[in-house]
Amino acid sequence: MTTTEFEAPRTETREPILKARNLVKTFGRVVGLDGVSLDLYPGEVLAVIGDNGAGKSTLIKCLTGAEVPDTGELFVSGEQVHFKRPQDARVHGIETVYQNLAVSPALDVASNLFLGREERLPGPLGSLFRILDTKGMRRKAKEELTRLGISTLQDVTVPVENLSGGQRQAVAVARAAAFGSKVVVLDEPTAALGVRESNQVLQLVRDLRDRGLPVILISHNMPHVFDVADRIHIQRLGKCAATITPQSHTMTDAVAIMTGAAKA
Amino acid sequence: MTQQQTAGPPSAGHADLAEEFLDRQTPLSRIRNILHRYPALSPAIVLLIAVVVFGLLNDRFLRVENLSLITQQVAVVGTLAIAQTLIILTAGIDLSVGAVMILSSMVIAQLSVSNGIPGPIALLAGLAVGLGSGALNGFLVTRFRLPPFIVTLGTLNIFIALTLLYSGGSTVRGSAMPEMLTWLGSTFPIGPVRISTGVLMMLLLYVAMAFILGKTAWGRHVYAVGDDKEAARLAGIPVNRVLMSVYLAAGAVLAIGAWIQIGRTNAASPNAGVDLNLDSITAVVIGGTSLFGGRGSIWGSLLGALIVGVFRNGLSLAGLDVLYQTLAVGILIIIAVSVDQWIRKVKS
Repeated sequence: MTTTEFEAPRTETREPILKARNLVKTFGRVVGLDGVSLDLYPGEVLAVIGDNGAGKSTLIKCLTGAEVPDTGELFVSGEQVHFKRPQDARVHGIETVYQNLAVSPALDVASNLFLGREERLPGPLGSLFRILDTKGMRRKAKEELTRLGISTLQDVTVPVENLSGGQRQAVAVARAAAFGSKVVVLDEPTAALGVRESNQVLQLVRDLRDRGLPVILISHNMPHVFDVADRIHIQRLGKCAATITPQSHTMTDAVAIMTGAAKA
Repeated sequence: MTQQQTAGPPSAGHADLAEEFLDRQTPLSRIRNILHRYPALSPAIVLLIAVVVFGLLNDRFLRVENLSLITQQVAVVGTLAIAQTLIILTAGIDLSVGAVMILSSMVIAQLSVSNGIPGPIALLAGLAVGLGSGALNGFLVTRFRLPPFIVTLGTLNIFIALTLLYSGGSTVRGSAMPEMLTWLGSTFPIGPVRISTGVLMMLLLYVAMAFILGKTAWGRHVYAVGDDKEAARLAGIPVNRVLMSVYLAAGAVLAIGAWIQIGRTNAASPNAGVDLNLDSITAVVIGGTSLFGGRGSIWGSLLGALIVGVFRNGLSLAGLDVLYQTLAVGILIIIAVSVDQWIRKVKS
């Protein structure tokens, strides 16, 4: 088994879209992140894997503004940023699909796509009376779903709770893709899904990358990770144990590094 | 495997999953879906049946004067139900609505009668009391993350005590007040019907709130916060700000309710409206708004208030003791919550 860190040469010359340096996050006496660095290059799928408690979620939360790191630096397109809230990350074009989906079950598909950034009618109806452009948002929602090739969701007026798990995930991913101008972060997008639905979501991930949108994918599922990822960031005990690629390492190697059975 | 089974029969292949969902409906689940989509529909049906039945039982029931009386009787509870609906939609509950309304009405009455402050300024002071009370409830709910039930149970007692301390326990009669303060108790004729301005004010509030909840981003955020607070937060909705604004809006509505109450009873009494807290919750629940938040309609609450009014009035016209009215309302609440639970099972 190779023990050198492998990085594709094509990525080294390019400026990362998202760059994290020496992130540290502690919760009381528990060290969640112990100096983690990460680079995300344009047009790649970067998977983040790791055992439970390895700091995957904390890392993602720090990258997306859900948690504020104690120390460390974050750069978006070379510019240093400080995220205090998820909205701050969103302003910088980083959209996140959280593991618990973050969709509002009773609201319909279109309302969920535009939740938190509703569009108002043009003219005084919108500016003075603040009336929502419900029709316009429904039309745009439909366009976005079609553009992403999500064919199973044609009626955007259906409440999300009436949808299957895969369709809900598709709504969440579509929301991220529609508004994420720079980075889309997916936290365990296939965790609760069946085989067919998982494949649909993985296809969505590939489509996003093909459109030039880099994706950070957090997953437990090694076949899924090795299926779509260009590079794999392995977290172990709050640190980055290695960054590998599906070409340089096998799944067994990755699990070995993840569990500490092998050193990267 | 189980995931695929729940997703539909394998033979469905690439068929639209939403189509499959609709195809699998039984007539009963179709009714449930319609009720789920239009939460005001079930109380509307109940109200219609109740009106027809009571109309058949007693021909005085359907007379215009009687129907007008019912609307006047529900004007105050109906207004409080607007505030209550807002808070219940956020998965909260407000036990202090009646107490805030009474405190506000006492401040309005006392300021104008005892301190000689002009009517409009007294009303503004009442509005300030409503907003202040809402701010206190909202502050405790958002800053200290206390359950709204506990917060408002506490503030209920605080507001009752403040009301009695402030008023000295005495009632202010409407005849002593400037005309403006009792204006919402006046009526004007349209043909054979006497329309109460208080009822009109309540309806106006309903129209305004229905518009705000249905057509604005704020309204959508209220639903989203009640539906799933964490999801709303992650979607970028400022949850605490929405909650705070809901309690403030409720406080403002309660202050207008205080004005209607002064008009309706032609007095401001610190002992009035002991039952109003629970009556407003009753109206909201019978109106089909879920106590778990995120689902319901403001019109349902108006229908709920009317249903309670119609039952009380109809049963008393039928010559039944007031105890039976209370019994009927109790049964209605249980049925309404059971129906809500059944409708919520639409979650596949």
